[in-house]
Amino acid sequence: MSTRSIDRRSAEMSLAYVLTAFFFFGIGALAGLLQGLVRGGVITLPEWINYYQILTAHGVLMGLVFTTFFIVGFFYAGMAKTITLPKLSVKLGWLGWVVMFFGTVMAVATISTGEASVMYTFYAPLKASPWFYIGSTLLVIGSWIAGAGMTYAYTQWRKQNTNQRSPLFTFMVMATLVLWYVATLGVAAEMLFQLIPWSFGWTDTVNVVLSRMLFWFFGHPLVYFWLMPAYAAWYNCVPKIIGGKIFSDSLARVVFILFILLSIPVGFHHQLTEAGISEKWKIVHVALTLGVVLPSMMTAFSSFATFEAVGRAKGARGVFGFFKKLPYGDVRFFAPFMGMLFFIPAGIGGIINTSNQMNVVVHNTIWVTGHFHITVGAAVALTFFGIAYWLIPSLMGRQLTKGAHRAGIIQTLFWTVGMLIMSGAMHFMGLLGVPRRTDYTTYMDDPLGLSWMKYETLMAIGGVLLFISAVLMICNAIYLWKFAPVGETEFPMAENSLEVRQQTPRILENWKVWIAILAFLILVSYGYPIYDAIVHAPPGAPGMKTW
Amino acid sequence: MHVHKLEKIWLTFGGLMLAAFLVVLTINAFAMGNTPPSDLQQIDPTKVDQTPPFDKPGLVKISENEYDLNMIGYAFGYTPALVEIPKGATVHFHVTSRDVMHGFEVAGTDVNMMLTPGLVNSVTKTFNDVGSFLILCNEYCGTGHQIMAAHLVVK
Repeated sequence: MSTRSIDRRSAEMSLAYVLTAFFFFGIGALAGLLQGLVRGGVITLPEWINYYQILTAHGVLMGLVFTTFFIVGFFYAGMAKTITLPKLSVKLGWLGWVVMFFGTVMAVATISTGEASVMYTFYAPLKASPWFYIGSTLLVIGSWIAGAGMTYAYTQWRKQNTNQRSPLFTFMVMATLVLWYVATLGVAAEMLFQLIPWSFGWTDTVNVVLSRMLFWFFGHPLVYFWLMPAYAAWYNCVPKIIGGKIFSDSLARVVFILFILLSIPVGFHHQLTEAGISEKWKIVHVALTLGVVLPSMMTAFSSFATFEAVGRAKGARGVFGFFKKLPYGDVRFFAPFMGMLFFIPAGIGGIINTSNQMNVVVHNTIWVTGHFHITVGAAVALTFFGIAYWLIPSLMGRQLTKGAHRAGIIQTLFWTVGMLIMSGAMHFMGLLGVPRRTDYTTYMDDPLGLSWMKYETLMAIGGVLLFISAVLMICNAIYLWKFAPVGETEFPMAENSLEVRQQTPRILENWKVWIAILAFLILVSYGYPIYDAIVHAPPGAPGMKTW
Repeated sequence: MHVHKLEKIWLTFGGLMLAAFLVVLTINAFAMGNTPPSDLQQIDPTKVDQTPPFDKPGLVKISENEYDLNMIGYAFGYTPALVEIPKGATVHFHVTSRDVMHGFEVAGTDVNMMLTPGLVNSVTKTFNDVGSFLILCNEYCGTGHQIMAAHLVVK
């Protein structure tokens, strides 16, 4: 008999998001394969398609579309599991999906026709078609509508359960949404007041400095918007899968609060080598960025503390004996666990990137590309794959079979090895000075340019393994969606008893306090620089289509 | 709120590391002068070719073996495209863009900065070894981004 883990309406709506995410993931993966092969000197593209066009497609589809669709789907499903969704939330969920899908199609169409080869960072004064900017804005607005559905479910639950701390997963959803709403204000302002009027020709020039500040106000918390859902799975789902408990309810909440506070007022660490921002403001952002070390270390501690407790309960001995007792044959654990391991070097790389002086060595080199392929492309992506393996059959009322587990382990291994090779090559090349976002080139046979080619080829080999893994992932997702045997799959969600939750300090769920502190930090770190960028704006730059 | 004893040790360690990093970064930046390129000088991007010193881009000797090097980045190249300097020269790079965002990287060195239209960016470097350095654009700027390069030869 088919048994869904949550009610049918919520399940169908969540599933629509997850499956759409994998549809666009497939197109993004193909674009990634092509660009890896081109840059590695293996193939040349036909005349009618440009390297920078597929590079833009890859970035937009993987970084903005796959992630956002998957996150909304996972969050809705997890809320339905922990607090149930009212009808209005499900309706808002569907409306959000429609707006997000429509916006994505619009953006992809302008990229396909060559009207928007501006990368997913769309740095002005590169001027794309207005429909690219409008499409991207709709993607964000759709996510706001979906977020409103979740917020409604949460407020309803709070009304019915006064003075209760919400379940940890739901709390984490709300923390992520607070971050997302505040962060997207930056990019929304850039789109609505700068880029859209300018690309329609209503204004002649653009204030480039301001546009970049607004973009990075959004651009850095964007990476936490990817990461926090993965953390929510590490804190709630992984412990349940391995038969453990949530290490600490209150500390997990502190981690998410710290992410809200420390991920927005820090955007200048992406702009360290830029003119127009004084070095004194840069160091303020650098200091706040490094503060993220604390919640990251807390997460590492609690994850491994849970693993150790489980291992010891199964009879593990010695300091590291528990590593032998973990269920590596279970893809629901194995995939996110590989992601966690990737996050260790990724975190160290992040500290290097944000450190004022070391940044000039790696800024805009392919090191940075290597960095975000082991953060979002490995730690986050592998966790999302691991979630998909149980979430899809669980929402469909099908079984996660042994065969699917095995296929999932193979898929995870391909991704892990491919990413190690590709990102390893990227990090190494970055230290040599190889630039990111660059078509095949030897710089007119410059000896230095020629010496880089062997590593570019290595990078392409990693890319091929990743593409094989992506194809396997999509096949597995389709199997679990339509063809796996009917039955039941657990929705793994470790829940603390109400008694434990009530010991968590009440202030942690007082959003007004945290939003006020966040507003203060933003005012301190961005208030004057943004005021200055408007009042003492450099001469405006006219738009250009240089592709 | 209960915090495990080992976690307290772990977080104290993390906090101390954080403090040490910040102290090192700040001292290195402000006491030793290693701040990232952060020039605030403005320029009209549509009039770069008429604005001194960029109306005559190139090397300007300012003292014994010390030079200002004024360069323009554009889609897709740099003016001048070839610069020769003597060994041991200290070069103050002043570079701007006359169209879109560009990068300015002397590959294999720590000279690496962004060129924003509307602003001049600056960095200083002493070249003690002879050789030919590849200057390249590391910010995507259009279809010819991969050929945007220049050379700096130290003799």
